[in-house]
Amino acid sequence: MGMTEAILLTIATAATPLLLAAIGELVVERSGVLNLGVEGMMLMGAVVAFGTALTTGNAWLGIAAGAIAGAVFSLLFGFLALTLVTNQVATGLALTLLGIGLSGMIGEAFVGQPGVKLGAISIPVLSDIPLVGRLLFGQDPMFYISLALTGGVMWFLFRTRAGLTLRSVGDSHSSAHALGIKVIAIRYMAVMFGGACAGLAGAQLSLVYTTQWIENMTAGRGWIALALVVFASWRPWRVLAGAYLFGAITIAQLHIQATNLRDLADWPAPLFWIAEAVKSIPSQFLSSLPYLATIVVLVLISRNRRLTMMNTPASLGRPFVPDR
Amino acid sequence: MRIELSKRPQQSKLFSALSPFLAFSLMVLAGAIIFAALGKNPVDGLYAYFIEPLREVWSLHELAIKAAPLILIAVGLSVCFMSSNWNIGAEGQFTIGAIFGAAIPLYFPDFQNATVLPLMLIFGALGGALYAAIPAILKARFNTNEILTSLMLVYVAQLVLDWLVRGPWRDPAAMSFPQAPRLHSWAVVPELFPMSGRANWGIVFAILAAIAVWFMLARTLKGFEVKVIGQSPRAGRFGGFSTARTIIFAFLLSGALAGLAGIVEVSGAIGRLQPQISPGYGFAAIIVAFLGRLNPLGIVAAGFVLALSYLGGEAAQIEIGVTDKTVRAFQGMLLFFVLACDTLIHYQIRIIRPVASAPPAATPAVEAARGND
Amino acid sequence: MKRTLLALAASAAVLITAGAASAQEKTKACFIYVGPIGDFGWSYQHHQGALEMQEALGGEEKVELAYLESVPEGADAERALERFARSGCDIIFTTSFGYMDATNSVAGRFPDVKFEHATGFKREHPNVSTYNSKFHEGRYVQGVIAGHMSEAGVAGYIASFPIPEVVMGINAFVLGAQSVNPDFAVKVVWANTWFDPGKEADAAKVLIDQGVDIITQHTDSTAPMQVAAERGIKAFGQASDMIKFGPETQLTSIIDDWGHYYTERVKAVMDGTWEQVDVWEGMAEEHVVMAPYTNMPDDVKAQAEAIEAKIKSGEFDPFTGPINKQDGTQWLADGEVAEEGELLGLNFYVEGVDDTLPQ
Repeated sequence: MGMTEAILLTIATAATPLLLAAIGELVVERSGVLNLGVEGMMLMGAVVAFGTALTTGNAWLGIAAGAIAGAVFSLLFGFLALTLVTNQVATGLALTLLGIGLSGMIGEAFVGQPGVKLGAISIPVLSDIPLVGRLLFGQDPMFYISLALTGGVMWFLFRTRAGLTLRSVGDSHSSAHALGIKVIAIRYMAVMFGGACAGLAGAQLSLVYTTQWIENMTAGRGWIALALVVFASWRPWRVLAGAYLFGAITIAQLHIQATNLRDLADWPAPLFWIAEAVKSIPSQFLSSLPYLATIVVLVLISRNRRLTMMNTPASLGRPFVPDR
Repeated sequence: MRIELSKRPQQSKLFSALSPFLAFSLMVLAGAIIFAALGKNPVDGLYAYFIEPLREVWSLHELAIKAAPLILIAVGLSVCFMSSNWNIGAEGQFTIGAIFGAAIPLYFPDFQNATVLPLMLIFGALGGALYAAIPAILKARFNTNEILTSLMLVYVAQLVLDWLVRGPWRDPAAMSFPQAPRLHSWAVVPELFPMSGRANWGIVFAILAAIAVWFMLARTLKGFEVKVIGQSPRAGRFGGFSTARTIIFAFLLSGALAGLAGIVEVSGAIGRLQPQISPGYGFAAIIVAFLGRLNPLGIVAAGFVLALSYLGGEAAQIEIGVTDKTVRAFQGMLLFFVLACDTLIHYQIRIIRPVASAPPAATPAVEAARGND
Repeated sequence: MKRTLLALAASAAVLITAGAASAQEKTKACFIYVGPIGDFGWSYQHHQGALEMQEALGGEEKVELAYLESVPEGADAERALERFARSGCDIIFTTSFGYMDATNSVAGRFPDVKFEHATGFKREHPNVSTYNSKFHEGRYVQGVIAGHMSEAGVAGYIASFPIPEVVMGINAFVLGAQSVNPDFAVKVVWANTWFDPGKEADAAKVLIDQGVDIITQHTDSTAPMQVAAERGIKAFGQASDMIKFGPETQLTSIIDDWGHYYTERVKAVMDGTWEQVDVWEGMAEEHVVMAPYTNMPDDVKAQAEAIEAKIKSGEFDPFTGPINKQDGTQWLADGEVAEEGELLGLNFYVEGVDDTLPQ
């Protein structure tokens, strides 16, 4: 395996949970609902997936259980925010608190147990193609699921009638309601889809990325996923780009740290000086690169005001109560 | 079964007053069930959680220490949220405020008199405001979404603090451990009643800020502007209000209050800069702001409630031996109940059941409890 | 006690587990942890030590155990400690460096309660002790093993934060490795976290991609071990025995064994013989224990056991000169052994470490 290929594989694994959680949240927000409980739903997905895989010995069952756990857990948010029209921001944050606590309670017995890994698939011949073989044909199933979901969401939102309906609910729930669309029902489904995706993202973390359960193991990835949806200005392909950009910069800074100056001894002087300067940057600043880069890119792409406005669901976060 | 809401013509005064008590009763019920399920005595559990922290004076002091930053930050956030500016980066503004404020005694260690502390507080507020100005200007100027920028800047602020206390600002006497030197006595926010506990002037600042912002929102043109822009930017523009100006105003105000909270925490409660200065106050304050219904006076009450839930959680861990996880889950549920019960203020709730024999009197909160199972 | 009675009065049907009579003879030992006890790392090991202590001293009959986990190192720590002190704890263990100020300040207010602060150096009151373990002794042994086992002559080192203990560990590892292979190099990645399995896994992958064939870590999760197992290279565990996570991967692991110390100290409180101490013990006292040497040829194992025995007997100290600092200036002259005080504040690399120490 070549270096470039190895780097790309590492980036893909790091980006996949972000992509999964973000693509789900994108659908939720497109329907006009802001669920800040992604971190909590991911944790629930991670712990249930891990536990299921551990007890049954089947990683696929774990993945399915993770998705279901995320969806069921999101119903709690749905009931409060949609049925009882509580404030969505506060409800989502409360969901995260609950998710951290509950997943910790469930997972107490799983700490220190090696889990069941969902291994990479391997297609003979195809996976052996140099450079792109492993990348395209030899990754873990969650990688393909995340891409398929992204494609599916793109197709659904912009190519199907149901997608149009969902977007119209997000843009103006009162007009949609006036047209006879069941606003609340659609939003419930969107919230559950988001929950299932977050659960999948959690399952990826505990069955593919690291194969273990540790309390709070998402370590803030749910928040990054939320930010990526905004970063993407609610467009699926930009979520994909954002997740991979974020993953790439994260991995790049680790590579900078791992490269010793003596590895570069044969570099020509000016390049070596640059490397020397980069190596003298405190690691905290390298660690903050992904965040800063995301801001910069967002500033650059959000300057086109009209285009951004066009994609922002106008009813995002607004409560809706049908009048009869 | 269906649940239908219909909006009340005006807020229900009855439920405004009743809702917190209703939520509390539900919580007691749910808590009792959880404690019993864990094999603990429910009475002991609830006593530890809700009464124990209020029984002793020192603990009330601690309650004030915990509530002060939550209230200060949440009051500022209420102005942001009311004007539809989604500043979720108060944690970062808190951190930068602490850094700015603490910079004065660190850079001028010989400057020791009564003016140090006021200067630190001003610098802290300034630091928070400047840091909040970044997402504000990006939003006003480039239309960049503030949720993302303010959140990302939280991580950056924490890394800056980390770098400072491990590098340039590290205490030479700290055996290479990451912490800045202890603040000298002039640089410490004084305690209110040093005889009985640790509570400092932070809680007073918090309550004063709440009153000031309440007055601003309720009685001044600026407050009106904030509310109009929040509800409808178009209407605001017709009224001659500038959206950009409101964005900047709301962010600067909330940033300044978060920064003030940061320096008060470091100077009063901790005593020095160190890698970790906040257990997530900036995020918890978002909950406080909404629990207080974005009303600064309500936020004061909400701040104390959330602070109590932290203290009670510790008491429950020590006294009856539940884990920290149970406490978190409990806290999440408490918030759910409070939020659900507040629905009754604005809406009438009817439950429509297909089966006629089912008892019709189930309250929505019971439903919420079921949802939590 | 008062609280117990009040609760009794409040409800007739209460069944209080801790009977009023037995509370007198029981010793209450309290622990405050910086992370969740489910981190399978630092806090987990301290909690294991606490449980071991309770078991050793006669179980629940004799020792009442209370703990608070995930206590932030800010204003919350002081409150948590005060609550402990007031709730009748006889001895309180504060298990993270960041609790130093809070420990000393609360100790001043409760002179009858004993305080034990891990990894700190401040003892402002006679009822405060400090304790720590010489993990670097284990790191040196790991270095020797790595020097023998690595074909590439390069190891990857996943570090958490630049504090003396971690810097000491890197130095000891490199000295150990270079005692076998003078050209041995180490690649250091600072994760800036103790605890993020994903990031630790990323760091491990990056290091392996850059050609290391041995991974060692000073972060808490088992993720690097698992990555090493997948990629078929060798690795060292951290804090606990991680053999379950890499049966064919783990060479050995440095186990933080706090049980001995906790038993000793709580026993001293029971016997009324507790005195202030400043303890920094290593392999000899079994505060640092090496997991079984596995997945290596017998001769390497013998070498590792030999050096371990030498350190245990006090015949050898990992920081024995001649050792130069990274910039080539002399640190320790031939035969000179580093002073403990200097080591505890160590903030520079020794010669041969090719990394910039974050300052």
